[in-house]
Amino acid sequence: MNRFSYVRVASVAEAVREIASAPPARFIAGGTNLVDLMKYNVERPERVIDITRLPLTAIEETGEGGLRIGALVTNTEAAYDPRIESRYPLLSSAILAGASPQLRNAASVGGNLLQRTRCYYFYDVATLCNKREPGSGCPAIDGINRIHAILGASPHCIATHPSDMCVALAALEAVVRVTGPQGERNIPFQDFHRLPGGMPEIDTNLARDEIITYIDLPSKGFAQNYTYLKLRDRLSYAFALVSVAAALEMDGEQIKEARLALGGVAHKPWRDIAAEALLRGREPSAKNFAAVASKVLADAKGYGSNDFKIDLARRAIVRALSQAAARTPQSQTDKRIT
Amino acid sequence: MSISVTASAPVERIAISLTVNGERRQLEIAPWTTLLDLLREDLGLTGTKKGCDQGQCGACTVLLDRKRVNSCLMLAVVKDGSDVTTIEGLSTGAVLHPLQQAFIDQDAFQCGYCTPGQICSAVALIQEGRARTREEIRELMSGNLCRCGAYVNIVAAIEQVLAARPEKQP
Ligand SMILES: Cc1cc2nc3c(=O)[nH]c(=O)nc-3n(C[C@H](O)[C@H](O)[C@H](O)COP(=O)(O)OP(=O)(O)OC[C@H]3O[C@@H](n4cnc5c(N)ncnc54)[C@H](O)[C@@H]3O)c2cc1C
Ligand code: SF4
Ligand code: FES
Ligand code: FES
Repeated sequence: MNRFSYVRVASVAEAVREIASAPPARFIAGGTNLVDLMKYNVERPERVIDITRLPLTAIEETGEGGLRIGALVTNTEAAYDPRIESRYPLLSSAILAGASPQLRNAASVGGNLLQRTRCYYFYDVATLCNKREPGSGCPAIDGINRIHAILGASPHCIATHPSDMCVALAALEAVVRVTGPQGERNIPFQDFHRLPGGMPEIDTNLARDEIITYIDLPSKGFAQNYTYLKLRDRLSYAFALVSVAAALEMDGEQIKEARLALGGVAHKPWRDIAAEALLRGREPSAKNFAAVASKVLADAKGYGSNDFKIDLARRAIVRALSQAAARTPQSQTDKRIT
Repeated sequence: MSISVTASAPVERIAISLTVNGERRQLEIAPWTTLLDLLREDLGLTGTKKGCDQGQCGACTVLLDRKRVNSCLMLAVVKDGSDVTTIEGLSTGAVLHPLQQAFIDQDAFQCGYCTPGQICSAVALIQEGRARTREEIRELMSGNLCRCGAYVNIVAAIEQVLAARPEKQP
């Protein structure tokens, strides 16, 4: 780990002042991604700004029927919050599908959004990587790319965003509230993370001098018809190869509204609004679900070792939509897929 | 690229206080000291193990303000004021913690390297009260890897303690 100076801030305003004025600096919350990357010398901040004492630790009603989650709420606290469990079980389930109890106890909600989009080459400073060293090249494209993206990648980077929680937040249309030197602004979840394009070194649209303060959940929680289906190389404590958050609002036998987001397949949580629209007014059938999967994956592209993900994603989408329609959400304890 | 980490300025040391296994400690540490290194190197509490040093194995699990965490991914300075319990703090004198005894009874280790982390994790698991079935124990212990593959016996040890609890889970 590199040497750095350390400061602990007591207010959001102070945090923003510090990040705006400091030399290359990073906030630290749970530290589970930052410290990990610092040990590999991938992150080398000159200053670490400790935001863990900020008063952003509550989950509150928004007044519009939704919930506001403080950026420092831990993943564990969010997953087991009775209001989230009952009104947003998709979010609870997705969080419990990720990492381990120990990591979820440390990890913050804000930090989960800002964990780096990454791959094994990114971690290995002995290799080139456009995300780590802009312009140096991407060895993954012609290399070992089993875990890499099949959607929205660019010739500069094919890494994936590894979060489970963010896939649910994308499906739920959460809003990220941030504060910077100019004051506060709201970023719709869809616009928070970005695709690599020609600048893979930038994962999100958060400015360098902004801090996440809260995540707002709109009132609609899809608590009846939902599932979070995560497929990976071992049943627990592993990142997704493909994951699917599916949520349906039913009107009798017809689908009134559908939400669909994928994890492990792109540089950002991958929501496809046009594919969701195919289900409006339709009945939940295998045929209709297959049509959605085809639409989502129309432009999917494999890079060799990850070609299998295209078919895996297709089947996972159909399976997840079927689970949501049948009100049989995937258990995060008993991982047998039914 | 260079990965040298030479210090350009004199090392800044920061005063923190931690309660470790019931004892209040005043410490002066460099900000890049992890909680794991502080426990093992500065305090000589080598019961907590360094397996991967990357959050991937659970060998470094300790209880921080009664919650289980990976001490390898924590900067100690951030945890100023916290209460830490390590494997050394679980027994009272010569009396083993029920989970320590259960690990012996059930033969729940081979090399023993993962064991302090497994036991600390299991202590928290039982306090959390969310594991009733064998599947739930396995899932909620999935943050602790055992290279010797003692998993079946580890689950048995936890079941032994859960079954002996006066206020049994429903
Ligand atoms: C072994 C391992 C397995 C994992 N498995 C999974 C998994 O299966 N699924 C999954 O979803 N995740 C997984 N994770 C990732 C984990 O969920 C993240 O590391 C965690 O959520 C990050 O949160 P944190 O609070 O620890 O962030 P930190 O490490 O503290 O911060 C991460 C980044 O966010 C910035 N930051 C933090 N808070 C704010 C804020 N409020 N405003 C602005 N910037 C901020 C920091 O500066 C830093 O750049 C795994 C991690 C490990 C180590
Ligand atoms: S996929 Fe992205 S993160 Fe991975 S090596 Fe290529 S540029 Fe780097
Ligand atoms: S040493 Fe901390 S998780 Fe492996
Ligand atoms: S007993 Fe050897 S690693 Fe678990």
